[in-house]
Amino acid sequence: MSTFYFIAFLSIFFSILVITAKSPVHSILYLILTFFTFTIHYILMNAQFLAVVNFIVYMGAILVLFLYTLMLINLNKESEPRKSNLVKIAGFIGGACFLITIVAALKAFTVSQPVLLSNPNLGLVKNLGKILFNEFLLPFEVSSVLLLSAMVGAVLLATKDPKTA
Amino acid sequence: MGLADIVIKLVLIVIIFLISLVIAMYSTYAERKIAAFFQDRIGPNRAGPWGILQPLADGGKMFLKEEIIPTNASPFLFIAGPSLAILTACIGSAVIPWGQTVTMGGHTFDLQVTDINVGILYIFGVVSLGVYGVMIGGWASNNKYSLLGAIRAASQNISYEISMGLSIIALLMVTGTLSLKEIAEHQHGWHWNVLYQPVGFILFIVCAFAETNRTPFDLPECETELVGGYHTEYSSMKLGFYLFAEYINMFISSAVMATLYWGGYNYPGMDWVLAHTGPTIGPLIGTAVLFAKIFLFIFFFMWVRWTIPRFRYDQLMDLGWKVLIPLAIANIIVTGLWITFF
Repeated sequence: MSTFYFIAFLSIFFSILVITAKSPVHSILYLILTFFTFTIHYILMNAQFLAVVNFIVYMGAILVLFLYTLMLINLNKESEPRKSNLVKIAGFIGGACFLITIVAALKAFTVSQPVLLSNPNLGLVKNLGKILFNEFLLPFEVSSVLLLSAMVGAVLLATKDPKTA
Repeated sequence: MGLADIVIKLVLIVIIFLISLVIAMYSTYAERKIAAFFQDRIGPNRAGPWGILQPLADGGKMFLKEEIIPTNASPFLFIAGPSLAILTACIGSAVIPWGQTVTMGGHTFDLQVTDINVGILYIFGVVSLGVYGVMIGGWASNNKYSLLGAIRAASQNISYEISMGLSIIALLMVTGTLSLKEIAEHQHGWHWNVLYQPVGFILFIVCAFAETNRTPFDLPECETELVGGYHTEYSSMKLGFYLFAEYINMFISSAVMATLYWGGYNYPGMDWVLAHTGPTIGPLIGTAVLFAKIFLFIFFFMWVRWTIPRFRYDQLMDLGWKVLIPLAIANIIVTGLWITFF
């Protein structure tokens, strides 16, 4: 349990650094560390497959692309867009709403009962695969179609319009 | 797990670590000798007999060179880059089965640091992490050539990781397990995966070349366009770490290829040998065979490097996205049909 608290502390610590870091590239690097602590959380919960997939997909692919884009656009002080007053007011209202939500959530806070899995080895590849392809086959396939449609949409956005080009 | 087991594991880790470093060291020597042979030269021959002390001399030189951190570089990340590169190169060896179970003095132990049941995915994760060392170092140097090299490395690794993953999927359909130990055991008695997955193996080796930034895929350090690529600003042992990481990566990917496709520690007639040499020496012969296969692959890496010129960048991307990925998907479909009907 102490391992969990230590890793949870690290997760929160790095996620705070993500939003306070001045340079966007440093921010992404802290985000990578945050995702790494998530991987450790999965391992602590005996979900090895989820851990390694989180490791490969988020740390190894998505964040590399984030870093790639940030390095290319080269953000610095001069190119930072000036924020208009309207944006500042909208930001204030949004932040205030979020604060209220958090305070309300804290008011209703009680220590929940720990959830006991009927099968502690659920996170291992074999068991996870059996459950995904037997009990949850339809949602699994539907979500893959969703990802495919997102991909097709991205390609469509990226290709030039033949009329304007 | 008792105290003895922990000590055995620690000894094994230290041995594997030392072997990786020594092989990486002597790969630099082998590379220069092989290059010399291909170009009809003699190669390094001054330090020690046949020049075999050359890697030590190189290492000493690297340590003694002046260490420069550029004024506008970000110092922490500048140091973190090469450290990360060598770290990710070294941790890949943890899941490779180096041999069968050895019995020595009443103790039995596996010649594998850990047999996690997602072994292949672990290696895949480590490989995908490897690009951060290059990217962070290239960005932190605050140099346009370094940045371009880093960006090339990132896009190249992402592109070839996809076809590598797809070629592994076809392999997994044949073996039915993610554990490298079980994959190695499956190939006992001439059931080598390369016979079932020839296309998959070719895809995998091409992607391995791309992931280790070796010629013809060494665009991130292409000296005709980018000075030195991502390590332009590096000097001293920090440069040494980058070069060293490349050789360790080569060793690890050779070991992975030998284990996944070329039977690992299996060799023809191993049962007979095992029965005649006993449970201590027999498995070690298998380990020696595995290393022979690894050295063949390392030689192949070098052979290609001194034979084939490097790609243009658009050719590299075309090969990755328009040839390898469709081929890998077709390979999966054919494998699926083959498993279903035969």
